[in-house]
Amino acid sequence: MEMGYLLFGILLMFLATYLPRALPLALLNKRITSPFLLAFFSYIPYAVLTALTIPAIFTATQSVPGAAVGFAAALFLSLRGKPMITVALGGAAAVWLVEGLLLSIL
Amino acid sequence: MTLQRADIRRGMRLSVPIALGYFAVSFAFGISAVQSGVPPFLAAFISLTNLSSSGQFAGVKILAAGGAYVELVLSVLIINLRYILMSLSLSQKMIALPRWQKLLLGYGVTDEIYAAAIQQEGDLSFSFFASLIVLPVLGWSGGTLTGALMGQLLPQTVTAALGIALYCMFIAIVVPPATKDSRILKTVLIAAGFSIALTYLPQFSFLPVGWRVILCTLAASSLMALRDVRTLKERRQ
Repeated sequence: MEMGYLLFGILLMFLATYLPRALPLALLNKRITSPFLLAFFSYIPYAVLTALTIPAIFTATQSVPGAAVGFAAALFLSLRGKPMITVALGGAAAVWLVEGLLLSIL
Repeated sequence: MTLQRADIRRGMRLSVPIALGYFAVSFAFGISAVQSGVPPFLAAFISLTNLSSSGQFAGVKILAAGGAYVELVLSVLIINLRYILMSLSLSQKMIALPRWQKLLLGYGVTDEIYAAAIQQEGDLSFSFFASLIVLPVLGWSGGTLTGALMGQLLPQTVTAALGIALYCMFIAIVVPPATKDSRILKTVLIAAGFSIALTYLPQFSFLPVGWRVILCTLAASSLMALRDVRTLKERRQ
C-alpha cells in the first residue's frame, strides 16, 4: 500500500469518526425536557447494540454453526451475569471449540 | 478535589472490563490490518486515532482494495452515524461542561464507553468521563499492536474465533438490563426483528449496514418512547 495514500486515508477515517461523536456533544447544550425525547434517548443504547449484533454476529466467524454456538455461549454467560471479558472470551472459546476442533475432526 | 479523585477512581474501575474486551477484539483487527498490507505501527495508529470497531474494519478494507477517498469517507461516516444519536443523548449528562472539554471527550464516545456512561445516575464530570476513556484507548491500541506483531503466531481458527468477541461484548452490555426491565427487552426484540428483516428482505438489500443500524435504532427507540408517552398520559387522566 502506498504510504501517502494510506496516511491521508487514516486522517479521513479519523474525521469521519470524530466529528459525528464530538459535534453533537459540543453543540447541543440545552436541557431536553420533552418526555418523548427523553424516553427515546434512554432506549438508544440497547437498540443500537442489538442492531449491530443481530444478525451480524452469525457471519462474524468462519461458519454459521460455529458463530451460533458462540452466540448461545455469550447469551448463557451474560444471563448468569458474568463480566464483559468473560462473555467475550467465553463466546470466542465456544466458537473455537466448534470451528477449530469439531469441524476439523468431522 | 477529593470528589474528582473519587470520579477518576470510579471511571477507571468501570473501564477495566471494557479495556480487556477491547484488547481481545483489537487483536483481531491488528491481524487483519497487517494481512491487508498495513504496517503494524500504522495499524496501532489507526486504532489510536479512530477508536472504533466496525468503522475501522470497513475503512481498512476499502484502503486495502485501493478504494477512492469518497467511498472511504462515506462508508465510515454511515457506519458511524449512530454516534450522533449517542452523543446527543450523552450531551444531556454534560450540559454544565465547557465546550472545549466536550470536544476532547467526544473522542471517546464508543459503543461500550457510551453504554457505561449513560447508565450512571446524574450528570457526568470531566474527570469521570476522561478516566473512563484512558484504559480502553490503551487496550484498543495495545491489542492492535500485539495482534499486528504476533498474530501470525496463532492458528487461523483462533483469530477467526476472536471475530465474535466484539458482538459478545455487546451481548454482555444488553442482556443483564433486558432481564430486569421488560421495556428494554421489548426494545431489544423490536430492534432485532427490524434488523433481521432489513438484512434479509430483498427489497432492502441496497441499504448499507450503517443505515440499517440507524433505521433499526430509530424505529425501536421511537416506538418504545411513543408507548411510554401514551402510558404517561393515560396515567394522568
